[in-house]
Amino acid sequence: MAKLLSYEENDTWIHRLSGITKLMFFLMWCALSAMTYDTRVLLVMILISLIAFAVSKTKWQQVGSVFKVIMAFMILNLAAIFVMSPEQGCAIYGTRKVLFHIAGNYDMTRDQLFYMFNVMIKYFTVIPAVFIFLVTTNPSELAASMNRVGIPYTIAYSLSIALRYIPDVQGDFHRIRNAQEARGIEMSAKAKLFERIRRTASIIFPLLFSSMERIDVVSNAMELRGFGKYKKRTWYAMKPLRRADYLVLAGTLIFVICALLVTYADGSRFWAYWL
Amino acid sequence: MNKKFGIREVVAIGIGTALFVVLTEIQIPIGIPNTYLQPRMAVLAFLAAVFGPVVGGVIGLLGHALGDALFYGGVWWSWVFPEAVVGIGVGMLSKSYKVLEGGFDRGAAIRFNLVQIIANALAWILLAPVLDILIYAEPANKVFIQGAFAFLGNIIIIGVLGTILLFAYSRVAGKSGSLQQED
Repeated sequence: MAKLLSYEENDTWIHRLSGITKLMFFLMWCALSAMTYDTRVLLVMILISLIAFAVSKTKWQQVGSVFKVIMAFMILNLAAIFVMSPEQGCAIYGTRKVLFHIAGNYDMTRDQLFYMFNVMIKYFTVIPAVFIFLVTTNPSELAASMNRVGIPYTIAYSLSIALRYIPDVQGDFHRIRNAQEARGIEMSAKAKLFERIRRTASIIFPLLFSSMERIDVVSNAMELRGFGKYKKRTWYAMKPLRRADYLVLAGTLIFVICALLVTYADGSRFWAYWL
Repeated sequence: MNKKFGIREVVAIGIGTALFVVLTEIQIPIGIPNTYLQPRMAVLAFLAAVFGPVVGGVIGLLGHALGDALFYGGVWWSWVFPEAVVGIGVGMLSKSYKVLEGGFDRGAAIRFNLVQIIANALAWILLAPVLDILIYAEPANKVFIQGAFAFLGNIIIIGVLGTILLFAYSRVAGKSGSLQQED
């Protein structure tokens, strides 16, 4: 069973921040990490992420198994880049310095190596941010704070329902799969492709239909209690934005702007130590 | 079905997203490295066909981002937005499928599959690789090959599993009313 990242209660400085602050930080961080290919900026981002990760007191057991999956994906992705485009780095930086020859058309160039190093550290800038966001944010409080900054409460409530029902639906899923396996339906890699689609369908049917029922039940219950009657609603988990929230938001914004200025200072988002 | 964005749509987005995220766990390898058949795509197409483009689009967006984050700890944004395109695209004709009224017939199935193929082509052959190049500066031939395989995998799983799900659910849901309109 795949272990999911989930919220765990704790009382650190980061846990006390409002959900919307952490969401905004997370989104800005992802956007910056996607835009910049400036190694200096990326390294500073890793440093900040790691400090925040330490402050949040997240334990390795909470995130370790997911981390290993990411590493596997990252290695596959890097391998695919090198196999399919060994000259991508040269095209980006416009220089070419061969370190050694491998075979056929494949040379190991400094430029390609540096480009792939940047792709790799981009992963490490975002991973701690994702972990912190998911492990320290209370879903109900996130919905409340999203509504507070002007997002319609129907949307915020959808997100809250999604986070609330993931464990339930996952429980259903595992029960149905166990039941089907007990009836002798082979789910592992031993079966042939088409057979596996057919067998997957034997899990998806009951799961989807029970979820459709759940949608009816929950929406009827909400209707009976008058959901959506008024333009505004109150939230049990509402926390006011405190000074720390404004400081984090302002600090992140300033950092992102500075980082973009540094990145685009020479008109290109790529930076290399030899240029 | 109600036209405005009502309680049912709010709940459908919530529980649909949860379902999509949970089904991230099932990935059927088809022998090509890093490419899988994703049954969750069939469920996304199903929900879009039943509840319409807004629900489909939001489930695609939210479900993909959350699923990526919860299972893989990172969000591949250039593949999140195309997912919303598939949801919106398939949901465009949701009125004409008449799934809840029990009217999902051969004609609706053909329309559903035409729309899903167009939406998937737009999403994975065009949008995803272009975003990969613009956002992540990935090599062009790598992302177009990946996109082409994702397109193939998705139209197969939606075409087979999605269509079957719609037929089956339409048969069950349509039966619930015993009243018939008089001539």
